[in-house]
Amino acid sequence: MTVATDDLETLLDRAASGIAFDGLCIEESDDGYSLETPANEWTGLDEDELRRALDAADEYVTNWRYWQERVGGEGTARRAFLRWCERAPLADAESDDATTGPWSESGEGDANAGQDSLAVPERYDALRDGIDREWGQLSVTARFVDVEDPDGERVYDLWHVDDADSDIAELEVYDDPRDARELATYDDDGRYRPLKTAPTLPAGWAFTGLSGADLVETVEFFYPATVANWHRELRGNLDVDHWLETAERQTGIYDVIDELPREAVEWMAEACCVDSQCLRRREWQYEEGDELDADGGDGPFPCREPCSLVVAAARKWTTLESETEHTYELELTTSELNQLEELIDAVADGRTDEIREADVYDGANRYRARYLRAKRFDDDGNLGARQVDE
Amino acid sequence: MQALVIAAHGSHLNPDASDPTYAHADTIRETGAFDEVREAFWKEEPHFREVIRTLESDEVFVVPLFISEGYFTEEVIPRELRFEDWDPDKWESDGTSASQATVEAEDVGKTIHYCGPVGTHDAMTDVIVQRAETATEDPDVGEGFGLSVVGHGTDRNENSAKAIEYHSDRIAERDRFDEVKALFMDEEPEVDDVTDYFESEDIVVVPLFIADGYHTQEDIPEDMGLTEDYRLGWDVPADVDGHRVWYTGAVGTEDLMADVVLERAADAGADIGDAREAVRELAASVADPEPSAGAGAGD
Repeated sequence: MTVATDDLETLLDRAASGIAFDGLCIEESDDGYSLETPANEWTGLDEDELRRALDAADEYVTNWRYWQERVGGEGTARRAFLRWCERAPLADAESDDATTGPWSESGEGDANAGQDSLAVPERYDALRDGIDREWGQLSVTARFVDVEDPDGERVYDLWHVDDADSDIAELEVYDDPRDARELATYDDDGRYRPLKTAPTLPAGWAFTGLSGADLVETVEFFYPATVANWHRELRGNLDVDHWLETAERQTGIYDVIDELPREAVEWMAEACCVDSQCLRRREWQYEEGDELDADGGDGPFPCREPCSLVVAAARKWTTLESETEHTYELELTTSELNQLEELIDAVADGRTDEIREADVYDGANRYRARYLRAKRFDDDGNLGARQVDE
Repeated sequence: MQALVIAAHGSHLNPDASDPTYAHADTIRETGAFDEVREAFWKEEPHFREVIRTLESDEVFVVPLFISEGYFTEEVIPRELRFEDWDPDKWESDGTSASQATVEAEDVGKTIHYCGPVGTHDAMTDVIVQRAETATEDPDVGEGFGLSVVGHGTDRNENSAKAIEYHSDRIAERDRFDEVKALFMDEEPEVDDVTDYFESEDIVVVPLFIADGYHTQEDIPEDMGLTEDYRLGWDVPADVDGHRVWYTGAVGTEDLMADVVLERAADAGADIGDAREAVRELAASVADPEPSAGAGAGD
């Protein structure tokens, strides 16, 4: 028997006011108790019969206990996220209400959508092996504490998606959610990561056996506010602030950014907000009804307004875009022109570190760049382009 | 349930800027006084804009980890947190006396107690004195010493200087140090001439800044003549014009700052139990060993 006596007593206490949760339905009426699961139905039970029937429906009972007594937090993002982790039906997933993201697409069987949720028996089977989900570069596993004789109690493991096949012995193991802050601060090259959702989270660590509350706290230290905004989207009340609203709200040194031209906002989104730079799914547009062409990405958590990095960069681009264009003349061979393009590509793609020392066939190779500078720059370090318009 | 949000500036460029915020938040987490504690930033994440929605508590205390009342505390934070009908007059402040205002945020149905900045709280005076103690490694420092409280100062915001002067006056009233003087980076009297303003041979200089960075670890040490080049570090004390100048770093890194944050929230009605005593004991136990900066700057 896996249903603890305490669980039964709690359940009987609650039964008087009726229970309907995850397929478990208990009601008390003048005829006694009725108990219903998707597989069975009992009616007219006295208390002893109900106890015996509940023992036969033990998975539903321990599942009820875990969610209703242990996790609680009805209506919170924390609870919804933990439900999502084990592919449980999401009470909040009103796809009719959702205006953005996977929730707004009906019947597609999207990995993130509520449609492919698991009922209790299937979930209990899967939780014995562990159910894996991806949240940006995080891999979350929900599993039973006791696999042999599950009492419904879940724990959660968390590591980098790149470590999915790593031996846990090779990973640095943590158990305090706050450790995630430090792990998220630097990339593999030791550079500061001001944007937490940049796809540069280093691997090599693991959080194991976290409680549900600690899991959510840890995820929120890696990717702040992503759970809350995902939940809002799920409930159809994600408050998207488009570019113009965000820009017009700014004051001080950022007051100018609403002057950034429409086409520059497009280039900015393409430069900063695609998946290769940020894992949030951009839901903000130029303004309501005026969408940007740049790919917003397809990650699970939405981006509801331009972030502080975009705002700060926009200030620079606003200044740069206020300059007048000119026509310049300079001498270059066709290969040198191509090389300039290769150089820009290499920096834009963050590829410069990968270019081999002696790979002089790559236009962004350091020797190639130094050669071009030696040949084309004048004594003042300028490219020597002549402005030919007035 | 009650939550605490510590609102700080943060940085896109310097990963250390948020260290004091995290440290003080962790200290308060340890006390268990709040059901939830969050750091929030202007330049980091969670951003001011999105922090309140991460909380389950109905009652939220927001404490700005800023030195003075001004642009950030009166305009940026209230706007980004979406306070309904915000007006700085709700603080009824003379420039250093903001305590709290109760507001609603537009995007969440929660009561928010918006507190004055930590820098202007009376308890901040104690933190400045404690920094003088840790910088000199002398819990009884005072006699024979001059103390200078140094602030940014700026023509744009008179409250910036007011906060520095407020604490200088309060420390002077205590008669603990032989001399007390407020000095500034951007206005007279300037910190560059620190030794001109003191007769005492020993001068302990405490910068009223939240985090260590360019100003406290590069500008001020070089301006005072503690070192030719901040990258070489400086001695504590350093000999300057026949004076010994004791200088470490931003007062905001002092452990006792967590107490100021708690006091701000308590003044606004937070039930913090005996958390202040716990934090003060903790701060006293770590105040003894060694000063935290100075050497670090040259490493």
